[in-house]
This record gives sequence, structure tokens and C-alpha cells, in this order.
Amino acid sequence: MKNHVWRPLFLVVAIVAGILFTRTLLVPSDFGVYERGYMYGWHRKSNEDDWKKIRVKYKTSSGCPECHKDKYDDIKASPHAIISCENCHGPAYDHPNDPQGLHIDRSRELCIRCHAYLPYKNNVRGNIPGIDPQNHYPQAQCIMCHYPHNPVKPNLKYKKTEVKP
Amino acid sequence: MISRRSFCKKAMIAAGGIMIPLAALEVFNPQRLAAEKDGTGKVRWVFLVDIHKCVGCGFCVKACKTENEVPYEANVTRTWVERYVVTKTGKTHIDSPKGARDGFTSQKIDQAHHGLLEVKEEEIAKAFFVPKLCNQCENPACVQVCPVGATYQAADGVVLIDRSWCIGCGYCVMGCPYGVRFFHPVYHVAEKCNFCYHRLAKGMKSACVDACPFGARKIGNIRDPEDPVTKIITTEQVNVLKEEFGTKPQVFYIGLSREVK
Repeated sequence: MKNHVWRPLFLVVAIVAGILFTRTLLVPSDFGVYERGYMYGWHRKSNEDDWKKIRVKYKTSSGCPECHKDKYDDIKASPHAIISCENCHGPAYDHPNDPQGLHIDRSRELCIRCHAYLPYKNNVRGNIPGIDPQNHYPQAQCIMCHYPHNPVKPNLKYKKTEVKP
Repeated sequence: MISRRSFCKKAMIAAGGIMIPLAALEVFNPQRLAAEKDGTGKVRWVFLVDIHKCVGCGFCVKACKTENEVPYEANVTRTWVERYVVTKTGKTHIDSPKGARDGFTSQKIDQAHHGLLEVKEEEIAKAFFVPKLCNQCENPACVQVCPVGATYQAADGVVLIDRSWCIGCGYCVMGCPYGVRFFHPVYHVAEKCNFCYHRLAKGMKSACVDACPFGARKIGNIRDPEDPVTKIITTEQVNVLKEEFGTKPQVFYIGLSREVK
């Protein structure tokens, strides 16, 4: 064949070779089809480990009684036993090493997540003791009257009729 | 000059050549053959939500945002809780202010730019809260539409996103029938719930499961017949969201009502 045929043909071959070469440089070596097959399994395998390496922040309440047994026993004997320590005390990370102390959320906003009254009688929420956050001592923090680790105790002290709605 | 016989012969060869599927020319790939075998692993993570137990406190959303480093103030979240208030006249009001990050503390329904709607107590027929999260579908539409292989399903069924590979085209965000995907405000790539993959790898439960005081959220391995979640899913009445899409969602709900979208 003549030169005018070969020249563009060489060019095309060179471009294709160039693309394939750059592709091998850019695509990670562990990129391929894995367990979930051709349709859903295309990925870079090492990315699974990237996700596994993320730091765990919430460590659950299992380690808390080692040092804070008194508080732990208090709350476990109260209706608040179902609440994880970290919901109010914040994520433990590597406490007590890092951080040494935890930031405790003492805000009204935390308590009214459950205790703002909603009139949903068919739902568990409608049967949780609740208040109207706008009218029930709006200037005060809940913990000034209610002991969060055992809300039953102060409730016995203040009769329901004494507490303004 | 080409003869008729030779023309026909060459045309047949060309047509035959075109008909060979491209796949037949692929080099033998043992990795792919292993992948397409029906050999299923020992672990398949599934989720169970009990709508009867949810009170809309939003501790799950709070824990999720911290655990998975989704900026707390940004109005995006991997999991959220929806409130459904059904009136006696049959109207359904749905809201999820800030994804219920701070729980539901007001009776008023948040209607975004239409303001707050007061539903009178005597008008309410029923109300309930529905936690939502990624369904880790068996046929994930979001994975199919990814043009670069940045989102994929791991062997244990969890759909993950490769942040270094995602080009941010947003096809998956549009493709998900459940609307669980969004763009991460920091990394600017697709983001979604992955059942706290890093916690599962360490034998822990998802952060939302540990944060829920009422036991409304549970995670389990459907391939383990002794798993309490598996027992509930296989022996009790459970439902899934949007079954008609054929994505085979793996988040099961107890007490799902027809109002839930």
C-alpha cells in the first residue's frame, strides 16, 4: 500500500498505544471485578480497607463501668437505663487517654429530644413523660431539678401537681 | 475485478466476524470467573427497623454524623428520621427537619418554604416515626449507573464509594430510588450510609444501632441462622421500602404503614 495509507494508520496505532499506556499508569493495579460480579463488583480492592481504617468514635457503654461504676449502677437502676452513656457524654474516642475528659451535653435540647410532649397516643412517644418546652421553666436547664442518671428520684420529691406544665 | 463468488465469500466472513461478541475476544480472566460463580460468602449484612419503637429522638442521626465525619451543621446526613402525621380526614403530613438531627421537639410540621403547619391534637388519627438509611440493595441501581467503577458492592453486601475514584457526576445520587445519596460537603464526592463499615470490621454494631435507646434499629447477618435479626426477618411480618423498583432492598421494617414513601 502507498505511503498516504500507512502514515495515518501509524498515527492511529500510536494514539491507541498511548491511551493504553496512560491507562496502565492511571488505573490502580488492584482495580478489577470482585465478589459481586461484573455488574456490581468493579472496584479498587484496597478501598475496602480504606473504609475499615476509619477511626471509631463511639465506643459504646461497655468500658464505662470500669471507672464510673457508681454512675453506671445509678443509671442502670433507672428508666434511663436504655440510654447509652455516649448519647449525653459524647463519643468516647480513646478516653481516658485521648481525650482525658469528655464534653457533657447538659442542654435542654438534649432532654427534649424525648421529653418534648407530642400528642401521638398511638406511638411510644406520646406515652413518654413530656413537657411543653416553651412553657416548662424555659430559662432553666433540666438537670437543675432532674437528676439525669435517675429521673425517678426527684420526681418523687416534686409531686406532679407542683410542677407547672 | 472482484468475482461474484469471491465477493459473497468475503461478505459472509465479514458479517460472521462482526457477529462475534466482543466478550468472546476477552482474554480468559480467572478473577471474573470466580466472581460470577454463585459462591456466596458467610456474611451478608442486613438492617432491621422497628417503627413501633421509634420515638423520633434523633440520637441515631447525631451519632451517625459524628461517627462518619459528616459536617454537623451541613443539612445532609447518611441516616434520617421522618415523621408521619396522618389526620382523621386522611391527609398525611411528612417532615424531617435537619434530618431529625435534633429530634422532633415541636408539634408543628416543618413544610420547608411553606412554613410550619400546626396540626391540632384532635385532628390526629395516628403519627409515627420512620428511620431511613441506605438499603444496601442486592441489585443496587446506584452501582449500575456509576460510569467509572467508583461505587461498588463488597462481598458482604455493603455498597461502598471509592472517594479517590469518584468523579462527582451525580448519576448515583439520581439513580437511588431511596434518595440516600448526597455530595459530601468536604470531599465533594458521593456519600451515603455504609452501615458503619469500619465498626462492622471491628466486630461492632453501626453507630446508630448503639445510639438508639429504644432498640428500634438492629443490624444482623442474614447468612447466620442463629442471628436474632435473621430470626425476626425470617419468622415475623417484615416489609421493605419501594419493592416495586426491583432493587431488593436489605433494610427491613416492622410496622411499616402504607403512608410511608
